[in-house]
Amino acid sequence: MSTRKSLVAVLLVLGAGAALAESPKLGRPISEADIAQWDIAILPNGSNLPPGQGTAVEGAKIYAEKCIMCHGDQGKGGVAPFYPALVGGQPLTNGIETSKTIANYYAYATTIFDYTRRGMPYNAPRTLTDNEVYALTAYILSLNKLIGENDVMDAKTLPQVKMPNRDNFILPYPDRI
Amino acid sequence: MGISRRRGRAPSLEPVAGNGLINRRALLGQGIALAGAAGITGATGAAAEPLKDESWSLAFGEVTPALQTPSRFEKDVTRALSNPKGEMRNSHARTPHQLLNGTITPNALHFSINHCGTPDIDPAKHKLVIHGMVKQPLEFTLETLSRYPLVTRPHFVECAGNSAPMFSSVPLQAPAGMLHGLVSNAEWTGVPLSVLLDEAGIDPAAKWLVAEGADAQFLDRSVPVKKAYDDALVAIYQNGERLMPGNGYPMRLLLPGYQGNMNVKFLRRLKAIDQPAYSYFETRNYSQILPGGKTWRFHFLMEVKSFITQPSLGHLLKEPGFYAISGVAYSGNGRIAKVLVSADGGKSWGEAALQGPVAPKAFTRFVMPWRWDGQPATILSRAWDETGAAQPLRAEFVAARGQTKAPVATPLAFPNQHYNSVTAWGIDSKGEIKHVYA
Repeated sequence: MSTRKSLVAVLLVLGAGAALAESPKLGRPISEADIAQWDIAILPNGSNLPPGQGTAVEGAKIYAEKCIMCHGDQGKGGVAPFYPALVGGQPLTNGIETSKTIANYYAYATTIFDYTRRGMPYNAPRTLTDNEVYALTAYILSLNKLIGENDVMDAKTLPQVKMPNRDNFILPYPDRI
Repeated sequence: MGISRRRGRAPSLEPVAGNGLINRRALLGQGIALAGAAGITGATGAAAEPLKDESWSLAFGEVTPALQTPSRFEKDVTRALSNPKGEMRNSHARTPHQLLNGTITPNALHFSINHCGTPDIDPAKHKLVIHGMVKQPLEFTLETLSRYPLVTRPHFVECAGNSAPMFSSVPLQAPAGMLHGLVSNAEWTGVPLSVLLDEAGIDPAAKWLVAEGADAQFLDRSVPVKKAYDDALVAIYQNGERLMPGNGYPMRLLLPGYQGNMNVKFLRRLKAIDQPAYSYFETRNYSQILPGGKTWRFHFLMEVKSFITQPSLGHLLKEPGFYAISGVAYSGNGRIAKVLVSADGGKSWGEAALQGPVAPKAFTRFVMPWRWDGQPATILSRAWDETGAAQPLRAEFVAARGQTKAPVATPLAFPNQHYNSVTAWGIDSKGEIKHVYA
């Protein structure tokens, strides 16, 4: 390579701004064990669900204490300002603005556990025990008539709950995945 | 095009479409061309008054402040709030597009949605970890990210529910900033996400990242690794200054052209996995019901859209004469290629001038010279992007995506997601403007 050509090559690399030959490597190594408290995302196959269990009967008591003030009696909603119902919902053929609830919309029951543990109660997130989250998840599924009130929800049973709308989703842009 | 800017060679104000639209070439050397043009008169023809000095010129002014704010005469240029009383629920602030111009949204007016309030994050304590299917999990701080070679690009961010009131069966009367205020455009500076993923040694079998924020719900979304390696940033500056708290301080994921909610704010964790997590927000809010009852999931792309901001609802045309119709156009696919404008409700169209440089996945402002004759007119814009995707007309959009059964009562409602059809403004003979469908 001539001097001139190599100079051009150097300038091109510099001109690209972020195009360093090697990453600055400023990330500090951390172990998965030290990330454990943050590692909360649950997958539909149940991966990452914690130990513990609960039933709808147990969940009803917790619901009455910690959830009813926003989500209403038996998850029917209607409490100002604008907290969503957890039950009901018309068939989706009813129109594009149909209210999305659990039974008429969610694809996976694991989403209920994940979101409840992540962000509920709204005014005190991350205060529920894993057993309480299993129990509340069971209660919500039971209100939606997707499981019985004595069915035990745990890391094995929760991913097996069949959600009615699961196969109704389509991808508008599959090539973007 | 051989248009001379020399005095006396003003381009002709040839009509380019019905109801007074003028060829955009008239905008070159605008002042000269229009001043010299027959048929375009001055303001009212009334005589100007003798000039005098005003009081602000005759006294020492205000001291120069450390952080400047707009003139008191601009106090009404603020975001519109969905939760003004601060109730414990989600809160939205919409950009007042009808009061702005250019393409960059000032940081104080950038739209913001928070599903559980805005966290008060100490940047010295905030951490971002990348882990999961990687060779070496890594932890980053604002300080370490700031040492990387940063890239700067203009990009719009748009809520998937922006323009949702336009699913209404009857046009809702609200200004552009209420109908379309959940999109804004800023110059973002950050570290390409690909650099950080390479540093951690991401497993080729990892197809998704769970991106999670440090807010009170640890809001999370599943993001394709494909997008991360395309053009994603971990953004740490917004229009040259650190991010606004409502826009993700101290760091956010920036996925140009993808649903705003996926651009996770207060970014604290990226976990590489082989399948999507089906988080709450991708399961419920940001997927949508189609006519017939099927549902779309992982839509991601914010498709080509444009809307006229000047003139629009809330403005008044005080007299017939020259006006510059202008607005913004953008597409999650890339650059805007063309914007057509109509002043006769879509019967005829003229091509608007695009203010360059035209950047991909960013606002482009279009301008269309127009002479209003004082008669009723319906103005609307329609954009195309560089992939050839066209902004759908209302009829074709409604046929594919549906509309509500009953009129939508409030601009704060989200009857559905991903509305990108045209917006039409109806101007009556008094110069008053209404939202209409055309």
